[in-house]
Amino acid sequence: MQSASSTQNMVVAAQTAHFDIPLTLKSGAVLDSYDLVYETYGTLNADASNAILVCHALSGNHHVAGVYAPDDKKPGWWDNMVGAGKPIDTDRFFVIGLNNLGGCHGSTGPKSINPATGHAYGAAFPLVTVEDWVASQARLADRLGIRQFAAIMGGSLGGMQVLHWSIAHPERVRHCLVIAAAPKLTAQNIAFNDVARQAILTDPDFHGGDYYQHDTYPRRGLRLARMLGHITYLSDDVMGSKFGRILRQGGFNYGYDVDFEIESYLRYQGDKFADSFDANTYLLMTKALDYFDPTHTDPEAGLSAALAPAQAAFLVISFTTDWRFAPERSREIVKALLDNGQQVSYAEIVSKHGHDAFLMLDAHYHALVRAYMERVSG
Amino acid sequence: MIRQDFRTIADWVPVGAKVLDLGCGDGNLLKHLQDTKQTHAYGVELSDANVLACVQNGVNVIQRDLEAGLAEFANDSFDYVVLSQTLQAMHHTEAILREMLRVAHAGIVTFPNFGYWKNRLQVIRGHMPVSADIPYQWYDTPNVHLCTMHDFEALCAKLDIRICERVVMTAGKRVHFMQNLTGSLAVYRFERN
Repeated sequence: MQSASSTQNMVVAAQTAHFDIPLTLKSGAVLDSYDLVYETYGTLNADASNAILVCHALSGNHHVAGVYAPDDKKPGWWDNMVGAGKPIDTDRFFVIGLNNLGGCHGSTGPKSINPATGHAYGAAFPLVTVEDWVASQARLADRLGIRQFAAIMGGSLGGMQVLHWSIAHPERVRHCLVIAAAPKLTAQNIAFNDVARQAILTDPDFHGGDYYQHDTYPRRGLRLARMLGHITYLSDDVMGSKFGRILRQGGFNYGYDVDFEIESYLRYQGDKFADSFDANTYLLMTKALDYFDPTHTDPEAGLSAALAPAQAAFLVISFTTDWRFAPERSREIVKALLDNGQQVSYAEIVSKHGHDAFLMLDAHYHALVRAYMERVSG
Repeated sequence: MIRQDFRTIADWVPVGAKVLDLGCGDGNLLKHLQDTKQTHAYGVELSDANVLACVQNGVNVIQRDLEAGLAEFANDSFDYVVLSQTLQAMHHTEAILREMLRVAHAGIVTFPNFGYWKNRLQVIRGHMPVSADIPYQWYDTPNVHLCTMHDFEALCAKLDIRICERVVMTAGKRVHFMQNLTGSLAVYRFERN
């Protein structure tokens, strides 16, 4: 299987896999057919043993690395990690990125046309969970001829998918890279998500999720949701050092327009996101985050019991100033694996960038992943 | 070239043992144990550079500050816990010894013997000792709790720790006579009483 060539500015193209075998979701709902949009980088070797799956987080998609045209200025969201000669080296590994079910970048989701009605799914699109994503990813792996992944990796919500892979398909994954993740959300985290959802749900343009038919869009709600989210992805330190109390125009305006740089920055981030993302997908992704809990079926037994089936070796990474997915939460995963005597290494990266650190270029962080990948290929 | 104290440790650790190496450095001991004894092992290390070196060495490492204890590790989850040339650099000496014997039935400790005659001689001459096993100037050293073999054994008695075996060496060779005077590096194997 040949895909993107290994050049500095890897030019890539998305592909679509259509599935006709119905997928029964955790909620009990059934998706009769669906599309998954994905990209691949590097070359699958003869025995299909060098495949790596990259699971995306809340606002991610299948465009992990590379560019769509030589003059494309915006590379994939994890382009500093994945590519020729990069920590996830596409000269050695065959890397897959996909847009999860319920997404808004090409895979079947709320804004896709429901074949039963001829209209966008909207509110009719079922809630999908981390478990459903893993099930659909496994079908994509089957389609691509991959029995076992050399590694599956992801940050944040992506890390939760990695955890579930290790439990649901222990024989299909040799290594798990779980980055800036948590075994389940805390009440505080769920609370943040619900404020974000309320912003969307109470937007008059939301129309119960069927805004596509009304030719409107809950832009204000999605913008607010993203602004809130963005605050929680940054550390107090980095916000302070980047923006402090710097004023946009050097003095107060005594009004409600932008006074401080931080306001300007957040509004810009909110606007940018609201223009490129689907509000229903945002709702669904935050709910998938809230629901994920490997101990859900047996809270008494705890995380160790939940992770006991895993056969993979783990690299768990957290970042010191990440308070949305704090190092303590990663240590819970590490503890559970240690309780089971499973293979695990854990690193806590010193970073000022909060939760966003997992997406950033950091020499030590990238050196660790690179070193671990030697073990994956060895 | 494998450090002499590593060889002694490897002699004591049975094949297939579950081992935890505290302050595991670059992971060389773990790798040696993995290669020669097929151990199921983890290291604990604080420094970024050493954590990276461990990953490069292909050994499991958990980044954590030993001074904060071993919370991730369950009671009796290991056969051996090793603390090699780290005891003298710990603030919470008693706590770490207790933690070691909480997570394992047996422990191994190595440390530079402050009672070694060359160290004593330097003190008599009016200086803090600097040697192969204590290679630091007093003002620039990670060591905060240097001790002699007698001191360590007294602490073990106080903490109800039973010393099973002791190997003492100087410049990589074992010494047997008046060890607290002739030995520069002490290696102890001990258990809960």
